[in-house]
Amino acid sequence: MTAENLAPAIRRRRGAPARELVRWGYGLLGILVIAAAWELYKFLGPADGVVIAGARVLPRTTDLAMPHTWDMVARLFDPVTRSATANPLWLEVALAALTTLGIAAVGWLVGIVIGFLLALVMQRWRLAEWGLLPWIILSQTVPLIAFAPIVRSWGSRIEIGAFEWQDWMSVAVIASYLAFFPIAVGALKGLQSPDVIHTELMRTYGVGWWKTLLKLRIPASVPYLLPALRLGAANAVVGAVVAEVSTGMQGGIGRILIQYAGQASGDPSKAWGPIFGSIVLGLAAAGSVAILGAILRNYRRVEINA
Amino acid sequence: MTQLPESSSAPRSDAVSVKAVDKTFDTRSGQVQALTSIDLTVSAGEFVSLIGPSGCGKSTLMRLIADLDQPTAGSVTVFGKTASQARRDQDYGIAFQQAGLLPWRTVAANVGLPLELHGASSSARSARVAELLDMVGLSDFADRYPDQLSGGMQQRVAIARSLAEKPDLLLMDEPFGALDEMTRERMQTELLRICAETGAAVVFVTHSIPEAVYLSDRVVVMSPRPGRIQEIVPMALTRDPEHAEALREERAFFDGVTAVREALHTGSPVPTGARGVENR
Repeated sequence: MTAENLAPAIRRRRGAPARELVRWGYGLLGILVIAAAWELYKFLGPADGVVIAGARVLPRTTDLAMPHTWDMVARLFDPVTRSATANPLWLEVALAALTTLGIAAVGWLVGIVIGFLLALVMQRWRLAEWGLLPWIILSQTVPLIAFAPIVRSWGSRIEIGAFEWQDWMSVAVIASYLAFFPIAVGALKGLQSPDVIHTELMRTYGVGWWKTLLKLRIPASVPYLLPALRLGAANAVVGAVVAEVSTGMQGGIGRILIQYAGQASGDPSKAWGPIFGSIVLGLAAAGSVAILGAILRNYRRVEINA
Repeated sequence: MTQLPESSSAPRSDAVSVKAVDKTFDTRSGQVQALTSIDLTVSAGEFVSLIGPSGCGKSTLMRLIADLDQPTAGSVTVFGKTASQARRDQDYGIAFQQAGLLPWRTVAANVGLPLELHGASSSARSARVAELLDMVGLSDFADRYPDQLSGGMQQRVAIARSLAEKPDLLLMDEPFGALDEMTRERMQTELLRICAETGAAVVFVTHSIPEAVYLSDRVVVMSPRPGRIQEIVPMALTRDPEHAEALREERAFFDGVTAVREALHTGSPVPTGARGVENR
């Protein structure tokens, strides 16, 4: 969440298909290297791990602590339980991941609305920026685990007519709490990005704040907004998974992460299923922003002065 | 304001009238006197250049006319109205040293921006944009984006944009300052042709003496600290749009250059052979 992450996505991608393929190749290679390192340590490392001055600095290499990578993959295609009607593990993980993705998406959208509104207020009134920005930054230092149960207990007291607070809504609120931050900061930077020459030009056209916003500030903010949205999406997923764990919500990937980890003494490979699932989940969330970037690619052009 | 004026309905009063204008800026180190007792009148259709060393307030004066800054004392009227009213009525078009195009808009959409902002219908807009692009010779580039154009082409787009609403006054702040000499000369000739076609008055800020002499009916020579008008030098060049370039070789042109240089060097005769030496 540093400033570099929010820097404008100004490089235009003019990727030939071949270059695209090479990039995927490198990505795949990275995964293979990690798997190879895992297996190499498992093969060479002492069974009881490396202990220095009573502290274990490297893990045990037993099958219980470090299952073989191929076992982890193979486990994905075995049934979840011994019951005859059980789904394969990958399907169970995928269904849970989809549930979490849906909740994270809601949290992301709420985060976009709140983050963008905050950025608008801060852009419009300098005083609001001085007053709000420190609190927005401070908000991210509150430990999520600490306040997730509070959100849940507040939510459970909300009941308006036929509307009843659901557990997943608490999770979405917590996801949005993480998602709004990069969006607020990125959108503010983007809205403030037009040069003086452009804002003065709008002034010479005699148009007010609103039209300047629509025709100048919002289009100019796109290169800053896209990385912010991507960070926001990744944050929403992390927030949703953590919130599922700490509110004890059923059905999402956070729940089975905990549940399968508890079964690891008997079935060590099983715990890795939801871990892989949550990685894919984060990639899918961040990747969906790339599609948005492709649609908005003309707004990522930059002015080149002679 | 939403309609494009078909003809210049404004009364043919003076385009710009600046009376007893002072401008001070408040800075951390105290007040800076940017302009002091400025009086200047620009007639309709007249081309007036503001020239002087850095810090003489020539850009500030143009910004006062554009209502981008307000004078500390005195009055600025544009076509008989206050500068602020003239800005809201879109009585002037403006071009800066940088083209200032919006990078996400095509050339045509950039030129049409002021029309779009003021609610012109899309058919009227595209007709006007085609006309303007033809005028600046960029009809083939309507669908390009600014980053696909050279600096000179970008500046031509900016000029077309400043002409979009058929203003009777053009304000230009060193519009060719960032261009190479050859492009610059071509753009100057084009600007003269466009002005002859539109009949607009021009206030042109520059620090190039030949540019000011070549373009102007009158050259306003300014001096710094505090910014004031040193002298107004009338140009006696006979303009022939057919042979505009030939003017650069004429005796009258060089006389004009000498006159402006002498005025810039506070009236003292300029020793020959010291060309280009600035003794600020």
